[in-house]
Amino acid sequence: MSETEPVLVMRGIGKRFPGVVALDGVDLRLFPGEVHALMGENGAGKSTLIKVLTGAYHHDQGDITLGGEQVAFAGPHQAQQAGISTVYQEINLCPNLSVAENVLIGRSPTRFGRIRWSAMRRRAEDLLARLHLSIDVGSDLGTHSIAVQQMVAIARALDVDAKVLVLDEPTSSLDASEVDQLFRVMRGLKDEGIAILFVTHFLDQVYEIADRMTVLRNGRLVGEFRTAELSQLDLVAAMIGKELAALEDIEEAPRREVAALERGTPIVSAETLGRTGAIAPFSLAIHKGEVVGLAGLLGSGRTEIARLLFGADRADQGRLRVDGAPVAFRGPQSAMRHRIAYCPENRRTDGLVEDLTVRENIILAMQAARGWARPVPRGRQDELVARYVKALDIRPADPELPVRNLSGGNQQKVLLARWLITEPKLMILDEPTRGIDVGAKAEIQRLVVELSDGGMAVLFISAELEEVLRLSHKVAVLRDRRLVAELENTDGLDTDRVMAAIASGGAA
Amino acid sequence: MTTVVRHRLFWPLAMLVSLLVGNLFFTPDFFAVEVRDGHFYGALFDILRQGAPLLLVALGMTLVIATGGIDLSVGAVVAISGALACQQISGLGDQGAVGGVLFAVALALLLCAGLGLWNGFLVGVVGIQPIIATLILMIAGRGVAQLITDGQIINVNSPPYKAIATGFLLAVPVPIIIAAALVAIVAVVTRRTAFGMLLESVGGNAGASRLAGIRSRRLIIIAYVACAVCAGVAGLMVSSTVSSADGNNAGLLIELDAILAVVIGGTSLLGGRFSIAGTVIGAILIKTLDTTVYTIGIPPEVTLLFKAVVVVILCLVQAPAFRARFTRRQPAEVARA
Repeated sequence: MSETEPVLVMRGIGKRFPGVVALDGVDLRLFPGEVHALMGENGAGKSTLIKVLTGAYHHDQGDITLGGEQVAFAGPHQAQQAGISTVYQEINLCPNLSVAENVLIGRSPTRFGRIRWSAMRRRAEDLLARLHLSIDVGSDLGTHSIAVQQMVAIARALDVDAKVLVLDEPTSSLDASEVDQLFRVMRGLKDEGIAILFVTHFLDQVYEIADRMTVLRNGRLVGEFRTAELSQLDLVAAMIGKELAALEDIEEAPRREVAALERGTPIVSAETLGRTGAIAPFSLAIHKGEVVGLAGLLGSGRTEIARLLFGADRADQGRLRVDGAPVAFRGPQSAMRHRIAYCPENRRTDGLVEDLTVRENIILAMQAARGWARPVPRGRQDELVARYVKALDIRPADPELPVRNLSGGNQQKVLLARWLITEPKLMILDEPTRGIDVGAKAEIQRLVVELSDGGMAVLFISAELEEVLRLSHKVAVLRDRRLVAELENTDGLDTDRVMAAIASGGAA
Repeated sequence: MTTVVRHRLFWPLAMLVSLLVGNLFFTPDFFAVEVRDGHFYGALFDILRQGAPLLLVALGMTLVIATGGIDLSVGAVVAISGALACQQISGLGDQGAVGGVLFAVALALLLCAGLGLWNGFLVGVVGIQPIIATLILMIAGRGVAQLITDGQIINVNSPPYKAIATGFLLAVPVPIIIAAALVAIVAVVTRRTAFGMLLESVGGNAGASRLAGIRSRRLIIIAYVACAVCAGVAGLMVSSTVSSADGNNAGLLIELDAILAVVIGGTSLLGGRFSIAGTVIGAILIKTLDTTVYTIGIPPEVTLLFKAVVVVILCLVQAPAFRARFTRRQPAEVARA
C-alpha cells in the first residue's frame, strides 16, 4: 500500500499567539488505514496542531484538505461533521451522567422528540462492545476509573462516522493491559480504513502501533518518517534536537548505591497505618537521603499511601512517626509543619491553580504556611521564583504568565518549585514524570538524585518500573490496596522481579 | 494600542465613558461641577453619592464571589443595619448626641459582622452551597429587621446620623469619602497582604489549595464577614438618606445590582481572579445608567426594560466569545483570498 492518497493533508500550517509562534509551516499527512504518531516534546506544538485540525483554533497560514477538498472549520462541531473525531487528553465527559448518555450525548435516538432510552442503552452497549468493554451503561460515568472513562470517550468519538480519529495522549492513565486493549481496538479501526492520529509520550507504544510518524520541534516540522526506518535513538534526537550524550548519561546512570546510605532514625515511619476502604494497614520507613519507590498498578493504593503520609486523608488505624515522635495529622498543613511536601498525581485538578501566575503558584505553599497576614515580601518572592525558574529551567521564563499557558512538563516543574522553596525533609512525588517529554523527564529524574544526595528523603511513585528502579534505594510493592513487599534495590533486583512481586502478591 | 484594548478593564471603562458622554448629549452641563456654600455639587457627584451604597455592597460581594461563592443576603443586611441603628438612635434622650449615634452605628455594624459570621459558618464550616446558605438570611433577615423595628418604619431626627449620607467633609460628600476609604482598605488588605492571592487560589481551585496547605475555611469566613460589614455600612447610608428605617424595603434587590456590578467589573462568578477596580467601575456604571434613565426622560413604564437592554448589550460587548464573532472570521478570509 505504498502511496495511496492521503485522506487528510495539512500544508504550511502557521499559528501565532500573542508573543509566541506556536506553529510555523507545519505539514501533516494522514493515510487511511494507518496509525500516525505525532511526536515532539512538550511545547513543540502538538496540541496546537491538533486543535487546528479539529477546528478548535483557526490557523493563520496554510491550508487543510480532507478527502481532496479544501476545508476550513469554524469549530469542533464542523470538524466532527466532516469526519474528524477527537479524544482529548483531558476527558471531556460529564461524570454525573450515565455511561450511555455520555456515549450518545447530543445524538440520542429520539422518537417524536422523546428520547428512546432502551434504544439508547442498546446502542451504547454495542459501541462499548466494539471496545470489548462490558459495564453497566446505566451507571454514572463518575463511578468508573479514569481508564474506563477514557474508553467511553473513545466510544463516543467512534459513534460519529469517523474518517480520522485523533487520540491525544489516550494511554497516559492506562495500565499495561488496558493499553493492550486500546491497541486492539486501534488495530481494528485501522483495518476498517480509518486514519488514526496518535499522540503519546511513550516511545515503546509508538513503535508497537504506529506505521508512520511526524516529528515537531519548537513549532516547526522536523520531518515525516516511517516507523520502521527510524530508530528510537534517532527519534529522540529528532525530538529534542540535541546531542544524545546527555540523555544517555541518565539512562545509563548507575544504580543507586544502597550501601552508601546510612539509615538512622527514619524521617517518617508508618506503623500499620491504614484507612478503611483506601489502603490496608502498612508499615514503611523513609530515611534521610533515601529514595523509596512505590511500584504497583494503577489503583493499587500508591496515591492512597501518599495522601495518608501528607495528611490529605486521615488514617483510621495505626500510627505515624516523624523523627521518631508520634504525630497525628489533621490536614495537609500539619504535615507541612513537619516539612513534608506532596506533588499530586493530577497536577491540573489537585496541584496548580490555573488562574494564578507562575510566581503565585510557586509561592503558594510557602505563603499558606505563613498565613495571609504575613505576605512573603515581593522582593523575596521574585528572588526565590527567579532562582527556581532558572534552576528547573521553567519555560517560558516569565513568572507573571498564567500557569495555564505552560506546557505539561513546565507545569510539573512549577509544582516542584512550589515545594522545593519550602525546603521539605520528605518530598512525595506522585507520578512526577507522567505525560511530560523525554527532556523534562530526564531533568526531573536528575533532580530527584540531587535532592536525595543533599539529604532529602523522597517517596517516588511511578508506573514506569525502570524509572523507579533507577532512582530508588528501596522499592515498596503494592497490589490491590495492600503493601505486599519491600525490596532493597540491590544488584539482583530488576523489573522482572518487581513485576513478579506485583503479580504474585509478594511471594518473590 | 492592542495592549490597551486587551486590558481586562478596557471594555467596562469604555462603556462607562460612552454612557457619560451620551448623557452630555442630552444634558449639556452634565459634567459641570458647581461650588455652593463651599461644597461640590453636580451630576457626577450625585452619581457617586447615590452610588456609594451599591458600591459598598458590590465591594464586599467581590470578595465572596472570588471564593467561588455568592451572598444573596446583603439586601437583608442593609435593612437590618439601618433598622438597628435607627432603633437605637430613636431611644436616645438626645438624638443629636454624637456619642450615642456612634454607639448605635458600632452596634449595627457588630450585628452585621455577626450575620456575616453566620453565613461564613454555613458555607465554610457546614459546607452548604453558598446560594442556599445565604438565601436563608436573605429571607429571614427581613424578618429580623421587622422584629427590630417592631413592624413600623422608625423615623429619627438626628443631625449626626443624617450627616452620614448628606454631610460634606472638605467640600466632598461624606458617602463618597466613606466609600473611597473602604475601597482603599479592602484594596490594601487584599493586595498588600497575601489575602487576595489566597482567596483567588481557593476560588480558582479549592482542592489544589487544600493540598497546598491553605486553610480555606478561615478565608471564606473572613470574606463573608467583610461582605456583611460592607452591606451594613451601605445600610447606614440608605437609612441616613431618608432619616428612617424601613425593614421591608431598604436594600430591596440590591444584591442583584451588586452581583451585576461585580460581573461587569470582570470578576467571574466561578471564583478566582477578582478586580476591585473593576467592581468600582461596574457599580458607578450601573448608577450612571439609573441617572441616565432620568436625564433622557425615559417613561417610567419602560425604565426596567431600557436598563435590561443596556445590560444585555454591555455583557455582550464584554464577552470575548461574542466579540470574536466579529473579528475572528476576517483574518481567515483574508488569508484565503
